[in-house]
Amino acid sequence: MIWKIFLFLLLCFVSIAGISFPIVENPQAWYEFPFIKGLEENAKIIFFHVPTAWLTVIAFLMTAVYSVQYLRKKNLDDDAKSYAAAQLGIIFCILATVTGAVWAKFAWGSFWSWDPRQTSIFVLLLIYGAWFALRSSIESEEKRATLSSVYAIIAFVTVPFFIFIMPRIMTGLHPGSADDTNAGPVINFKMNGNMQLIFFLSLIGFTILYFWMWRLGYKSIIYRDKLNRQLIIPTRSGQGG
Amino acid sequence: MKSLALFKKDLNSELRTRYAINALAMFIIVTLSIILFSIGNERISQSLTGGLFWVVIFFTSMSGLSRVFVSEEERGTSLTLQLIAAPSTVFSGKLLFNLILVFAMNTIIAILYSALFEAFVLRNFALFLVSFILGNIGLAFASTIIAAIISKAGAKGTLYPVLSFPILLPLILTSVQLTLFAMNGTSFETAKFELAIVVCYDVIILTVSYMLFDFIWKE
Repeated sequence: MIWKIFLFLLLCFVSIAGISFPIVENPQAWYEFPFIKGLEENAKIIFFHVPTAWLTVIAFLMTAVYSVQYLRKKNLDDDAKSYAAAQLGIIFCILATVTGAVWAKFAWGSFWSWDPRQTSIFVLLLIYGAWFALRSSIESEEKRATLSSVYAIIAFVTVPFFIFIMPRIMTGLHPGSADDTNAGPVINFKMNGNMQLIFFLSLIGFTILYFWMWRLGYKSIIYRDKLNRQLIIPTRSGQGG
Repeated sequence: MKSLALFKKDLNSELRTRYAINALAMFIIVTLSIILFSIGNERISQSLTGGLFWVVIFFTSMSGLSRVFVSEEERGTSLTLQLIAAPSTVFSGKLLFNLILVFAMNTIIAILYSALFEAFVLRNFALFLVSFILGNIGLAFASTIIAAIISKAGAKGTLYPVLSFPILLPLILTSVQLTLFAMNGTSFETAKFELAIVVCYDVIILTVSYMLFDFIWKE
């Protein structure tokens, strides 16, 4: 219970700080963010956009890990875990795409410009879409779990090409691209101490939130499956409407 | 070699019905003529022809490469295959068949394409040849393992391109880039990073396919 209150306070603080703290030329007070050339006021999106993109990748990683686990142990609970992770992953993937596109409208002048990062998040969205399409086409539980696990692993090994290689060989607009001279790789931190602190607090807060949601998600899937198995569907006719 | 025997069996049954070959041949003609009609009298730029080349290859492979496994499921012969051969043998046989099919298909596409599009001029033919071969190998590897997944799933026709596209995209993007390099006459030295990516892709997909095929096949 305590950590839920802690999480609530943390995310409240991050949201308020991320939105309201001013960006100034020479930060003096503890609540002021530095002015990053090429990003300017738009830089604030880092507190919300980067965590969603980060969680997209984490969710994808967990889907792949639990897929491997399922193939090794053939335990349907692992399938529920990877399914719950992917459900959250697609939500965060859409959020990252949309927040990124909105930011791009103000920073680059158009919603979509096939920057390598945009391409890679788009491909992640496609992979999630294909994964859910594959799952919905298979009736039997074991078969669905096996085939979707295999597909998740195959997709997982191709993703590094997008996330890590493509943005570095293609010229891109995104902060952190190979030819970025203005802001430089954001990970090399032109941010000052308090901006970094809030960025990492936001990352931690969103990650905890993700794991909480994921736990609820996979437990509800497991319980639903158990209930379905107990009922053995005498109410099929009732579900028709 | 059992996988060679399997390959011969596939070849024989294919030559008897000519389903995949006919579908592929017609598909090549259809896609090429759609592109030609939609272009009309426009003069299209060189870089566009390089991209369209891979569009033709992608959609053509999506029309016929799933046959190797889907036909086994349709005829109900997959259980017999499971009894007589180990999964990796089956996969090798099917992979060989798809490799030959992809190479034949893409060579025809390349010849037709360079005959029909005047802007498609290759200044560095050796680079094109290397990237073409590596790209074909990757295409055959990835499409074979996805075909295996598809054959076990319910909706066979529509799902195949949906599942293949994200997996093939790194390969296609890099191959488009390499084709453009070949058309601009770029040297091997400049293109070595892209070539390395395609080689990595081929190796990774092949390894993953052999590791995971057991699970699909036994399902």
